[in-house]
Amino acid sequence: MTGKRLRPVLLVTSLGAVLAGLCLLSLALGAANVPPDQVVQALFGDAPSRFVDNIVWSARVPRTALALTAGAALGLSGALMQALTRNPLADPGVLGVSAGASFAIVVAVGVLGVTSLYGYVWFAFAGALIATVVVYLLGGLGRSGMTPVKLALAGVAVTSLLWSFTQAIVLTDVDALDRFRFWSAGSLADADDGTVWRVLPFLVIGAVLALACAPALNSLALGDDVAASLGRRLGLVRLAGVAAITLLTGAAVAVIGPVVFIGLVVPHVARVLAQSAGIGPDQRWLLPLSAVLAPSLLLAADILGRLVARPTEIQAGVLVAFIGGPFFIAMVRRRNLAEV
Amino acid sequence: MTHSKTTALKTRPDTGSSSRSSHFRTYRLAFPPVSGVFRPRLVALCAVLAAGAFLLFCWGLSMGDYPIAFADVVRALVGSGDPGTVLVVEELRLPRALVGLLAGTAFGVSGALFQTMTRNPLASPDMIGLTQGAGAAVVAGIVLGWDGGLGTQTLGLFGALATALIVYLLAWRRGTTGYRIILVGIGVAWICTSVTDYLVAKGGRFQAQAALGWLVGNLNGRTWDQVGPLAIALAVLLPTALLLGRLLRTLQLGNDVATGLGTRVQPVRLAILLTGVGLIAFATASAGPVAFVALAAPQIAQRLAGTAWPPTVASGLTGALVVLGGDLIARTLVSGTELPVGIVTGVLGAPVLLWLLARANRAGSGG
Repeated sequence: MTGKRLRPVLLVTSLGAVLAGLCLLSLALGAANVPPDQVVQALFGDAPSRFVDNIVWSARVPRTALALTAGAALGLSGALMQALTRNPLADPGVLGVSAGASFAIVVAVGVLGVTSLYGYVWFAFAGALIATVVVYLLGGLGRSGMTPVKLALAGVAVTSLLWSFTQAIVLTDVDALDRFRFWSAGSLADADDGTVWRVLPFLVIGAVLALACAPALNSLALGDDVAASLGRRLGLVRLAGVAAITLLTGAAVAVIGPVVFIGLVVPHVARVLAQSAGIGPDQRWLLPLSAVLAPSLLLAADILGRLVARPTEIQAGVLVAFIGGPFFIAMVRRRNLAEV
Repeated sequence: MTHSKTTALKTRPDTGSSSRSSHFRTYRLAFPPVSGVFRPRLVALCAVLAAGAFLLFCWGLSMGDYPIAFADVVRALVGSGDPGTVLVVEELRLPRALVGLLAGTAFGVSGALFQTMTRNPLASPDMIGLTQGAGAAVVAGIVLGWDGGLGTQTLGLFGALATALIVYLLAWRRGTTGYRIILVGIGVAWICTSVTDYLVAKGGRFQAQAALGWLVGNLNGRTWDQVGPLAIALAVLLPTALLLGRLLRTLQLGNDVATGLGTRVQPVRLAILLTGVGLIAFATASAGPVAFVALAAPQIAQRLAGTAWPPTVASGLTGALVVLGGDLIARTLVSGTELPVGIVTGVLGAPVLLWLLARANRAGSGG
């Protein structure tokens, strides 16, 4: 018995250790490597040289912090999305978040002539918010009210609509395409110390909302009727869930690009790990697990991207797929997959 | 399907469990050698869709820099009429219209197959990485300059088929399940998308634009070279898809029930996959990954027909209608430039799907 109870604790500690190790590596490795002991010294305020202090504090800390927060946001919103729609194929982009952000960026650059990164981050966030609200309203149309399938299909429809407009602008405006293609490959390289602070409030509110939904999501997994008879207020849960997804994904996508695939894959990994630790499909565990796994993946991709093509970099969004994809496939093959 | 023990020679309305409401009446046919279910609404829908597709097809042929009257188009199609008109219709405009018609049908049918097999309305060939594989191959060709010898169409076909093979092999472990194929496909699609994104970001801006032009789905400048392979593929694959349609209904009840009902699940699933993959691969190679058709057409057809699953024939016809209509709009919307059809199908398909979702009047019929 004690062994079984220990397993979840072990799982969480080991995942936490992996994440901490990756953070340290992310601070140490790059175009110029800094030995780990000097990194620790720099973190505690007595760097061996100004050079090390500069690298660690002005380049690597913001970047690592961004990977941590944006990654956690994507993982959390992915897990939430799949639980809310009861569909294992739903990624956080299903509600139109990345399409809205993409469209807004293209409009900002191509039509309004915004050129600074700070300018179009806000456009992206606003685009994501508006698109999700529209999807949410459309998903609730009709006499039967909102069902998970209707929500997902409404999201897919709005996504394709916005995607079409985005392509139409991009195909006729080479400047807009130029901005758009770098953003959409997904990169952490542009982070400075202001980037995280700008989106952090939204991420915190989103995370609190998401975790608060977790117990209700467990009942929701039994079906709408059962959940309602267990005393869950479905409308309220969905509203909170969608709000959380919008805030988390919208903010993350705006700063690092539409790497929403992380949110699709990580919850599956979390489910398998949870199953092997004997926790089962309990959202109160799955949501935090996803929030730890996703930044690990994003950080690993970012570190690798700095190393493989030195002195240039390969975008983290590209390498996430190369690390996460094979791993995901291997896992799908190994396990009798836990269905949602 | 529904085996009735009565051998009555008369058809009778069956208002039992198989009909969804009094509007969607189904009839059991039980003539001794043949039995089956007759759905008047589905048949009528198919007729209307086919007529609509034919109309758009001819309309597309009559439009252009040199407008041709509708009657002359039909005459030119059967080979009689003014030789100049015949030349314009058959050599210049017919390939484009045919690629639209055939590719649209292929997208719709394969979407229906995938959605029925996986019992998931979000499943489409895009989900299991075929279009992404084709996209990565073609974009690599454009950006790295390999498109000299092979040609975009061959690269696209090769990319799609290779991806399908990889996905199936990776998903095979003492048999496969639809669910595992989809999940492996998601992983593969993800990798292919990143390769594409990386190449687009790495290439020059005009290469990037060319790549994107293909990735949207495009019918501009099609010739008979593109029609031939597609037509041959469809001649084989469409009848197969129709035959498989019946077996699909049992598969929809889940692996265990289907096995219990006597369906040989593994071979049937493999056959469905091969058919769906073939349809998508050939269609994507000649028209590009036209957005949204494979996903939306079956859902639209299902809601128009009032059935509980995406009907195969009606899905194909809806797909053709959407692509042909989309291309017509794409050619006329902005005078002077021809937009890629993929932009319009996205804009066109989305509101229809949304409208159908909104008017679904019973709980459950939304899904």
